[in-house]
Amino acid sequence: MTLLSIDWFFIIEKVLLISVVLVLSLVVAMYSTWGERKVAAWIQDRLGPNRAGPMGLLQPLADGGKLFFKEEIIPTNSSRFLFILGPSIAMMVACMTSAVIPWGDTLVIAGRPVSLQIADVNIGILFIFGVVSMGVYGIMIGGWASNNKFSLLASVRAASQIISYELPMGLALIALLMLTGSLSLKDIVEQQRHSLWNVCYQPLGFFIFLVCAFAECNRAPFDLPEAENELNGGYHLEYSSMKLGFFLFAEYINMFISSALIATMYFGGYAFPYMDSLGLDPNVVTILGFVALFIKTLCFIFFFMWVRWTVPRFRYDQLMRLGWKVMIPLALANMLITGALILARQH
Amino acid sequence: MGMSIQQIIFMVLSVISLVSALGVVLSKNPVTSVLCLIVTFFTIAGHYIMMNAQFLAVVHIIVYAGAIMVLFLYVMMLMNLNAELEPQKRNWLKYAGAISGGALMVVLVAALRDASMPALSSQPTDIGLIKNLGQLLFKQYVVPFEVSSILFLSAMVGAVVIGKKD
Repeated sequence: MTLLSIDWFFIIEKVLLISVVLVLSLVVAMYSTWGERKVAAWIQDRLGPNRAGPMGLLQPLADGGKLFFKEEIIPTNSSRFLFILGPSIAMMVACMTSAVIPWGDTLVIAGRPVSLQIADVNIGILFIFGVVSMGVYGIMIGGWASNNKFSLLASVRAASQIISYELPMGLALIALLMLTGSLSLKDIVEQQRHSLWNVCYQPLGFFIFLVCAFAECNRAPFDLPEAENELNGGYHLEYSSMKLGFFLFAEYINMFISSALIATMYFGGYAFPYMDSLGLDPNVVTILGFVALFIKTLCFIFFFMWVRWTVPRFRYDQLMRLGWKVMIPLALANMLITGALILARQH
Repeated sequence: MGMSIQQIIFMVLSVISLVSALGVVLSKNPVTSVLCLIVTFFTIAGHYIMMNAQFLAVVHIIVYAGAIMVLFLYVMMLMNLNAELEPQKRNWLKYAGAISGGALMVVLVAALRDASMPALSSQPTDIGLIKNLGQLLFKQYVVPFEVSSILFLSAMVGAVVIGKKD
């Protein structure tokens, strides 16, 4: 079936895969809000949400419904188009990164190999980096368009924070790239499938990436852009109803995607120990691999929440000092050591 | 029909890039200008992808749209430019601008007319892929590459010196 010289089965396959990944990220983000409140309650020795449904499982639906039906307010002196554009960009950018993550190996359906990765581009990591650097626009545009000093301050904070932490993140990735020799996330996972996970070779790089991921997601202890006791709520101060929901939701999607990325790059992705010596059908192994990646991702999401309810927020000058005077030199040193070791092994 | 999918995408991309580039020049609000410029950068990145230069496309987005334009937007937002508060420009300044802009266009058109531009080959090329680009940069053009890095270093040192002046 070819029309306009396009393989339409391929298009259908990809559209299906994109829909599944999108729905999956939305559902995980939705239940992360529930999980966050449960984890917070557990850490603070409370019960957490327990009214809507068994164990409060219907709580996200109730919250979502409430956000949808709330009155929508657009401030009079804001620029209307940009005010709506802000949360839209935040949401869109959050959903885009999932395109290059390999969610599993290939499934064979009716003799047709179906890769569980939307796009295996040879610049996978750079793509992620590009999308992450776009993420700041949603916050900046939303904060500026609100025509409110607190929102503007918060978006300025967000912009400088994200730019500062992008640098060590990129440097940590360079060290990983020197090790793997490939920018494709699929290749990186396949290499880990047959040897040790990258975290064994790059412990410092993993640590730097993790800290920067916290900063890029605006999660505690780096949640300065939404520091409610200084900024009355931060960049989404003027937002109501689902536009506020988009901003909050984008944060949870970002958290999910960052966790999946960390699992993919440093913890083997869909590879798990002894996966090739189980003697099972390849399709079953693929599905098990997906489950393995999902469990790793959930562990990191739990870690994100754990840190949020344990570590207090940084002061802004501490945040900048940590970014520029600790993380960047550490990342540079990591890069140098990695390079030197690779060179030493080649000779 | 008679148009391949590449041609359709090229047309759409070109229209968007021209419209958004015009938006940069014509819009009254500087923040809108910056946002139009970001859209232009994205369409240019799209053109790079059409030429199979994915690395160039993504670096273009990271560097220009992701870093430089964020700083532009940052400054624009803090300046709080308002049409009412802006000092009105005098008329002769506008005429001078129009005349010098027109002169620049005449020069450009003349230069383009005389330049010999061989038609681009329609053969697919792999030169924009990261592997080939790296080989080229670090083997054939390694000296200019390193020299340009010294340029960046001096710019950085200069920025630090200016920042430390007080």
